Amino acid sequence: MSKYTEDDLREELKTKEYEYGFYTDIESETFPVGLNEDIVRAISLKKEEPEWMTEWRIEAFRIWQGMTEPEWANVRYEKPDFQAISYYSAPNKKPKYDSIDEVDPELLATFAKLGISLDEQKKLAGVAMDVVVDSVSVATTFKKTLAEQGIIFCSISEAIKEHPELVKKYIGTVVPKTDNFYAALNSAVFSDGSFCYIPKGVRCPMELSTYFRINQAGTGQFERTLVIADQGSYVSYLEGCTAPSRDENQLHAAVVELIALDNAEIKYSTVQNWFPGNAEGKGGVYNFVTKRGLCETNAKISWTQVETGSAVTWKYPSCVLKGDNSVGEFYSIAVTNNYQQADTGTKMIHLGKNTKSTIISKGISAGKSQNSYRGLVQIASRAENARNFSQCDSLLMGNECGAHTFPYIEAKNKTAQIEHEATTSKIGEDQIFYCNQRGIDTEKAIALIVNGFSKEVLNKLPMEFAVEAQKLLEISLEGSVG
Amino acid sequence: MDLKDKLVSSFLAFENRVDVDAYVHDVRTDAIKIFEEKGFPSKKDEAWKYTSLNSVLKHDYSLFPKQEDALEYRDVKKYFIHEIDSYKIVFIDGKYSSHLSQTTHDGIDVCLMSAALSKPKYQLVIENYFNKIASKDSLTSLNTAFSSEGAFIHIPKNKVVEKPIQIVHFSSGNEAATMLQPRNLIVVDENSHVQIIERHQSLTDNPVLTNCVTEVFANKRAIVDYYKIQNDNLTASLIDNTFINQKRESVASVHTFSFGGKLTRNNLNFFQNGERIDSTLKGVTIIGDKQHVDHNTLVHHIEPNCESHQDYKGIFDDSAVGVFNGKVIVEKEAQKTNAFQANNNILISDKATINTKPQLEIFADDVKCSHGCTIGQLDESAMFYMRSRGIPEKEAKGLLMYAFSNNVLSSVKIPEIKQRITKLIANKLGVNIGFDL
Repeated sequence: MSKYTEDDLREELKTKEYEYGFYTDIESETFPVGLNEDIVRAISLKKEEPEWMTEWRIEAFRIWQGMTEPEWANVRYEKPDFQAISYYSAPNKKPKYDSIDEVDPELLATFAKLGISLDEQKKLAGVAMDVVVDSVSVATTFKKTLAEQGIIFCSISEAIKEHPELVKKYIGTVVPKTDNFYAALNSAVFSDGSFCYIPKGVRCPMELSTYFRINQAGTGQFERTLVIADQGSYVSYLEGCTAPSRDENQLHAAVVELIALDNAEIKYSTVQNWFPGNAEGKGGVYNFVTKRGLCETNAKISWTQVETGSAVTWKYPSCVLKGDNSVGEFYSIAVTNNYQQADTGTKMIHLGKNTKSTIISKGISAGKSQNSYRGLVQIASRAENARNFSQCDSLLMGNECGAHTFPYIEAKNKTAQIEHEATTSKIGEDQIFYCNQRGIDTEKAIALIVNGFSKEVLNKLPMEFAVEAQKLLEISLEGSVG
Repeated sequence: MDLKDKLVSSFLAFENRVDVDAYVHDVRTDAIKIFEEKGFPSKKDEAWKYTSLNSVLKHDYSLFPKQEDALEYRDVKKYFIHEIDSYKIVFIDGKYSSHLSQTTHDGIDVCLMSAALSKPKYQLVIENYFNKIASKDSLTSLNTAFSSEGAFIHIPKNKVVEKPIQIVHFSSGNEAATMLQPRNLIVVDENSHVQIIERHQSLTDNPVLTNCVTEVFANKRAIVDYYKIQNDNLTASLIDNTFINQKRESVASVHTFSFGGKLTRNNLNFFQNGERIDSTLKGVTIIGDKQHVDHNTLVHHIEPNCESHQDYKGIFDDSAVGVFNGKVIVEKEAQKTNAFQANNNILISDKATINTKPQLEIFADDVKCSHGCTIGQLDESAMFYMRSRGIPEKEAKGLLMYAFSNNVLSSVKIPEIKQRITKLIANKLGVNIGFDL
């Protein structure tokens, strides 16, 4: 085999097309484009929501109107025209399927292409899936098993109807309507999402997972996820995303709220592989997400994310460590290639005593991409003995990409102990040489090194996801490597 | 009338009063326009997120203080590094004080900005260097608009200046509140070597706001050592803007010792315009009360094979606030860059605050860049070790904190400064460290 160099790899990366780029033709019921109070009301009506929810949305909409789009992130993009987006799209041929056979066969084919055939997943992986295609939940599996334990796992619109007291109590408590531009927008127009409630002392027996797909052309996606872990419970939640190729930019502004009550633990893992745009930087998904978790006493929230897709990413999964002894974790791999831009990181807000947080962030940039880590560690004056460790490593491939770190550290308590480290490097020639010398060709060597670089984070993913995440790393970065 | 309006409206009167050539006049006129447009920075500006100027700007400052009473050297001797022979450029309320100063034109120029701006023989230097690297932000522009006095140092080729140069700005407090805007220009030509010590000192409790701009040009293989001693009293505030332009193979270092002042903001900018440049930025901050010290550094790596070292230590007591915002930019041409940045802080009071933001922006792949940042307390086992050997708690703390800031002092090249700083640190920490350096 001829010598495989980094240049070859770069060449390959340039030409590597998005494998999951296809478009399923499902008849969708789509609202007219534009946004006003009537549209918000119509969405609410369509979802058969109670009065309080409609009011909540309208209030969010009014707040949103008074806000301006944030510009502080280290990304450059053409701002979406919010009046040119259709705010509701649901796959037709509703409602509710009793069994998987009733699902639109074309939809099933889509899933098969993605390798997430429901049947297979059901049997082999033991994963309950709440599949969301264009915002409406079409199938929920394993609901029965979960129901026996008192676990509620359904779409948010269902939850609004069936468990209004829980939704009313918790929605908007972690990410208020006023939080930011996109959170306000989401609050006004969210079409669907997942809802999960784990009762006191219950350890959820399986990994809960949701797949998001953006399907209908020109449809903005506004998912809303709410996970509540009651006292002493445990849940591991997976979220994975792929989207078909499309030329115009698509907007995704999701909100995820996690609530871990006393002694509860939530593990939230994401694999994101939306369409990143083609090699010329055309198209791709705008991913502006607000994710935040609230930890009560002794609670723990752990975010793990593998970000390989989207043209523009703007995402900061955060933990508010409100209770004493609570723990927040953030593990992230962000890979950017071609013209992708990612500004991602986390916020750890230490309010309670003896709170701990860990941040491990790995950024890999190739092509002409820009990859930023932006994080905040804040120790409030009453947070005695707070402890934080942060590590941000960047790997650069080629000299047309950029890696940036913007860590904000604010300490107001003398007992705080905070460490922050960041490094930037490239794949060392000596590392490649070492591998070559031992009979490992350059192609494999690069794969090995990239894998080793990300290992700390990959290890944190649940088994089912780790395999998929590695696959995604290959697709988005390694070309045929590995 | 707020301070901004006062400044803008007094510009014309100021401009008519000073006699300058057309070049500087244009620069000043442009600068005041920028300031008028931008105004004073607020917390909404990312670079000023953690530092508010509101408490400083509320005073009714006198912009052109009356002529000073002469100061006696023995009264102000302690503010100089008096143990060593040195050139001195001394200003009282922004006016040059000839009897406290010791300037020279013998081979090198250690003199005044006002002279450089008005005398034809300096015209070329002024046109080549004045306001060439100072940024166009509002405070620097404000200084540019009112620039008339300060230190002017020009070291020609192949000169090693045999003794350090001290630049001292006194504020006499003759006015109820004074605003000073000194402007320094330092040009060091090929193969030359210079050491500079700068200090701003207020002599009374009347509020003083100093908005100082210093431009330093280190040309080919020049060596520049700059020491800034900031130990002013609690009513004096300082905004210190320093811009250093380095040509190839030059070595420049800036040490900033911040022990006093109400609000101190250090904007320190290094631009590496050449290969194999070495830049060092170090600082020790020890403050208490309601003091506020903000270090805002920028190292811009533009060409390959350069190095930069940043090391800032901070100890914060009472309700003090410390800010560190260190930015390293590595351009894509700047391959083989080696950039290191460390910021370590100790909080010794429950009300003290630290905000730190070490920032890296990297566009080149073959670089080694790292930054580390810690916030912590004194090591308890080390404390125990010393106390079990009969060292009182206060002394033990002092020793540990001294050790904490020591590796910043190790690169100080003038022994007398090292000694002075050691004493200041000991004073600050309220202990008598029984050893000399």
